[in-house]
Parts: sequence; C-alpha cells; structure tokens
Amino acid sequence: MPETILVVVEQREGKLNRVSWETIAAGQAIAGATGWPLEAAVVGTNAPSISPEVAGKKLAKVYAIESRKLDAYTPDAFAAGLKQFLATKQPKLVLMPHTYQVRDFVPKLATAMGRSVVSDCIGFKHESGKLLFTRQMFQGKLAADVSFAGDAPWFVTFQNGAFRADKAEAGASAAAVETVKVEIAEGVVRNQPQEVFKEAKQAVDLTQAEIIVAVGRGIKEQKNILIAKQLADALGGDLAASRPICDSGWLPMDRQIGSSGQTVAPKLYLALGISGAIQHIVGMKGSRAIVAVNKDSEAPIFEIADYAVVGNLFDIVPPLIEEVKKAKAGDSHG
Amino acid sequence: MKILVCMKQVPQKDAPLKLNESGTWIREDVSYEVNEPDAYALEEALRQREKHKGEVVVITSGPARAQQVLREALAKGADRAIHLEDEKFVGLDAFNTAKAIAAAIKDEPFDLIFTGLQSDDYGYAQTGVILAELLGWPHATIIMQIEKTDAGIRVKRELEAGYFQFVDMPLPAVLTIQSGINKLRYATLIGIKQAKNKPLRKVTLAEVGGAIGNNLQKIERLYVPQKTKKTEYIEGPAGEVAKKLVDKLRNELRVL
Ligand SMILES: Cc1cc2nc3c(=O)[nH]c(=O)nc-3n(C[C@H](O)[C@H](O)[C@H](O)COP(=O)(O)OP(=O)(O)OC[C@H]3O[C@@H](n4cnc5c(N)ncnc54)[C@H](O)[C@@H]3O)c2cc1C
Ligand SMILES: Nc1ncnc2c1ncn2[C@@H]1O[C@H](COP(=O)(O)O)[C@@H](O)[C@H]1O
Repeated sequence: MPETILVVVEQREGKLNRVSWETIAAGQAIAGATGWPLEAAVVGTNAPSISPEVAGKKLAKVYAIESRKLDAYTPDAFAAGLKQFLATKQPKLVLMPHTYQVRDFVPKLATAMGRSVVSDCIGFKHESGKLLFTRQMFQGKLAADVSFAGDAPWFVTFQNGAFRADKAEAGASAAAVETVKVEIAEGVVRNQPQEVFKEAKQAVDLTQAEIIVAVGRGIKEQKNILIAKQLADALGGDLAASRPICDSGWLPMDRQIGSSGQTVAPKLYLALGISGAIQHIVGMKGSRAIVAVNKDSEAPIFEIADYAVVGNLFDIVPPLIEEVKKAKAGDSHG
Repeated sequence: MKILVCMKQVPQKDAPLKLNESGTWIREDVSYEVNEPDAYALEEALRQREKHKGEVVVITSGPARAQQVLREALAKGADRAIHLEDEKFVGLDAFNTAKAIAAAIKDEPFDLIFTGLQSDDYGYAQTGVILAELLGWPHATIIMQIEKTDAGIRVKRELEAGYFQFVDMPLPAVLTIQSGINKLRYATLIGIKQAKNKPLRKVTLAEVGGAIGNNLQKIERLYVPQKTKKTEYIEGPAGEVAKKLVDKLRNELRVL
C-alpha cells in the first residue's frame, strides 16, 4: 500500500469550517513535495452532504465517515470512530486544523493508537527525504522543526492561518466519495454535550471599527488603561484588549480580540504592551496596518507589525496623545 | 473530592531566551514561573475543596528548580505535593510526560485531575487529554466553570469566537483549565509557614522509568523565527517617536 496523506476536515452543523481548506492546501503542498497521494475524510452524520464540496478539490478520494453516535461532537465518539477508520486505512500522515474541537480529541485518538501528534504547526519542510514540521514554542518567541520518531500514522495539526485557504486547488474532476460506516458501541460515549451558546449579547461590535487601540498586560495596572483610552479618544478609535486584561476584569469581555474574542480588521491596529501570542494575532492580523509598542525587541508582535516601536509604552503614549491632538487641531484650524 | 493538579514550571513570560550550543533547547539560566493556566487550575481545585471538602494534591515533573512551583501551591493551600524530579523529565514529549504522571499516581484514587489547557514553553496542548486516555477516563478541555451534579459534574467548555457549551460527565475525569476561570488568590504569610510542614513526595526517574518509552517526536532544531513582514522601526527619544508616528498615521496610513 502506498503512503498516503489524509486530511480530516471539520464541519459544524453541516457546514464546513473554513479552516479545513487551509488544511487541504497544506496537504496538497506536502503531497507535492513527497509525491504521496492525498485523501480527505469528513466525519459525522452530515458527511454525505458535505463530501461533494470537499471532493471538488484536487484529492484522490474522499471518505464520508458515518455513525449516529457522531451526530453531536464528543471526544469519545470522534476518537473511537476515527480510530476504527484509520486502523484499516493506515495512512502515513493525518492532517487536521488545530481547532478547539481537534485539540479536544486528537491527543486521545493518537494515544489510543500508541501514536503522537505534532500540534499547532505553521509549516513543513521536506529535507533529503525527511519530513519536518515547524511549530512555535515559547509563545511564538522561538520556532522548532520537529520530526516523528515513532510509527505511522503521524498526526499533525496546523495552526489557523498557517496555509492559505484560497491556495487549495480544485481538481480536474470530482474525487470519488466513499461512505464508511463505523460502529461505536453503547457506553463508549461518556460525555453529554448540551447546546452551543453565546453569552449575553455583545454590547460592543469592534468588527466595523476603523481604528483600534489595544492594550495588553504591558499596561500593568487597571488605572493605566486610562492613557490608552485617551489615545483611542484622540484618534477617534475604539479601545480593545488582549485576553489577560479581560480575564482580570479591567475591560469587559466584549473588548477582547483573538481566537476566543472578536476578529477585527481595522485600518489601524495599535497594540500597546501586547506580546503577540498566536491566539491574539488570529483576531487582528487582517488589520490594514499594525503599529506595535513593546519594550521587548523580540516580542512576536513585531513579526507582524508594519511599524514597530521598541520602548516603554508609558514613555511613548503621553507624547503620542499630544501629537495626535495637535495634528487634529491643525485640521480644524484649516 | 480528591483532586490532582498538574503544574508546570516554565520560563517567565518576558525572560529573554537564549539557545543552547546545539540549538535544540534554551539555556536554562532564565527565571521561571508557574505556567499561567496551571495557577488557575490550582485555584479552581482549592475552590472545589472549599465547597465539597476533600484533598488537593499538586504534581510537577521537572528538575530540582521546579519544586518552587509546588512550594507556592502548598503555600496557597494545596494539601500535599508530588515531585517527579529529574533533569531528564524536561525533554519528554507530551505522551511520555503523561505516562510519567500516570505512573506516579497509579495507587491514588482521584475524582478529578486538572491540568492547564497548554504550556507556555512546549505548547503541546495535549498532556491532559493524553493522561485521560491513559487512565481510561473521560475528559473535557478549555474549561471555564465546574459544578458538581448528582451524576458527576457539569462543565462549561469555551469554544471559539465567544461560544460556549455545557457538558455533563461522570467522575473520575480529567479537565484542562483555561486562564480566567476564576480570580487567583495570593499566598498568605501563614500559608507560606504551613507549607514547610506539608508532605512532598519525590519520585525518581527510575521509579517511573518502566512506564516511559522513547519520545515519539523529536525537536531537530530550535531557532528564532524569520520575519516575513517588512517592519519599519521607529526610533529616537519618545517625543520624536511620537512625532514620526503621527506623520506615518497621517501621510502613509491616512487615518488622521
Ligand atoms: C485556547 C486559548 C485561547 C486564547 N484566546 C485568546 C484571545 O482570544 N485573545 C488573546 O489576546 N489571548 C488569548 N489567549 C491567550 C494568549 O495565549 C496570550 O496569553 C495572551 O494573548 C497574552 O496577552 P498579552 O500579550 O497582553 O500578555 P503578555 O504575553 O504577558 O505580554 C505582555 C507584553 O507587554 C510587554 N510590556 C511589558 N511592559 C511594557 C511596557 N512598559 N511598555 C511596553 N511593553 C511592555 C512585554 O514585553 C510583553 O511582550 C488564548 C490562549 C489559549 C491557550
Ligand atoms: N512537566 C509537567 N509537569 C506537570 N504538569 C505538566 C507538565 N507538562 C505539562 N503539564 C500539564 O499539562 C498541561 C498542558 O501542557 P502541554 O501539553 O505541554 O501544553 C500543563 O498546563 C500542565 O498542567
């Protein structure tokens, strides 16, 4: 049997999670480098209705993995169902997006098979026949190239945004879809998930904001938020924050930017004392321009900043407020 | 309820990191702190004990320096501690770390095990889930609330983009805890004093070595990531930086 690559796409309530296209793009890139055929799997009762959409991409085959037990997501059912499928398929590589759902079940699945997961990767390298997967460590301050030391299947998850969804190539003709029924015995599923919900309606919608001043833990104390607010006011923008600021209750949750908060794309995103952890970056990297102020010259936020100020925000922000006010006042006086 | 909390010592958030000579790990001469979500996991365990009685045990796997994490946890109110102490524990992958922890607690009947949702250094986001599978227990990840119910527990999972979900599950179980689930307490002076007399069991590599296998993944090299974006650095005294920035905002970005 040839070595194959299998992408397990993610769906929610019958809709494909967009990040799945990124993982397919990753799979196509690895297939290009290794020459291994690429297949995909859709898991759940909706699998047959989603599979045709997936099969439109350049893939050798698509599997629709079905069982009533996969109706609602549980880690027990997903691990059991996929384990059954993988045990017969034996792919070399299994790729998934590093979503909350995947990180909930993939370590369990791999462990049940005595295998390991290289998680949250941002790329791959194919060096003299060896596959390496690149992942961030130390909150993005360093990167590591990681190889597998054990037997296949090798499990890899890719970080949101690591590959471009629009790079997922369409196939010349639709890939064949095969339905695979898996048996999940009574008693395997122990968790009882309830409905997914959103907390009380968000009062602040930052998705339309043109200018955002965002504060991170570098602001040090709650009372210092005031200077960021003054800067936001001077610029005519909105105030936002990284997660720890909202966790501390210094700003309400609906001002949080990132994977568990809002995703924004303003003309200007001014990050004050934010380190640039990936979970924050996914929420703001679409900004037209990013200005970062951070006292640590190696802070990962500088990797995506258009303008960087290495320095103490408490030195920079007060004169910045004055200069902004001056510039604006200049306007009104003609 | 008898609760185990897995706590890891990691380099301090703003510690400057230097690579070792072989470029496979960092130089160890940095300052360390408790992995942030693990501190929240401990706090949650203490709160559950205050409500339902029982015991809170903390465990870490790491070299001698990692004992600091356990001392702090005992000072905050944990009842006792377990230290898997060896330099070699640092280089284990998540599979082996979980195996070592499972081996160290094999004779203890816990109701709940808490881990942080991920470590700040490795960032595997796996150890807790692997541990659950090794023990044959159910698990739930990224937890923001825990209530005891007649049949077990009801937990609140954080999902992406502001969504949540309640999950009912039986005990024993493993939960991975998200930062912000509660408000952290500080250690009191009395707590710090009392901690000195609390039991701390050391477990050697030899004791759990039989349970650990070869790492299934290997860090070939570690490096400072290459910048992909062209970043313009604005330098000078603060006043000048402010002027230059405003000039950019006005003339290049046209947002002023
Ligand atoms: C599943 C999951 C979901 C998450 N969701 C989110 C999310 O939605 N949003 C989010 O933001 N995070 C999220 N996080 C947390 C994220 O990983 C980081 O922990 C967080 O973004 C860090 O916030 P920060 O940059 O403010 O703090 P830190 O990482 O502590 O950084 C503070 C920065 O301030 C700088 N600094 C300190 N003092 C000064 C000064 N005087 N002047 C200038 N700079 C200074 C420091 O150099 C440092 O870089 C999530 C994490 C997980 C695991
Ligand atoms: N060496 C360790 N000692 C104790 N707990 C650990 C260790 N490594 C990981 N953990 C726990 O597992 C969680 C997830 O870590 P990771 O899988 O590395 O992201 C951490 O937040 C800790 O609670």
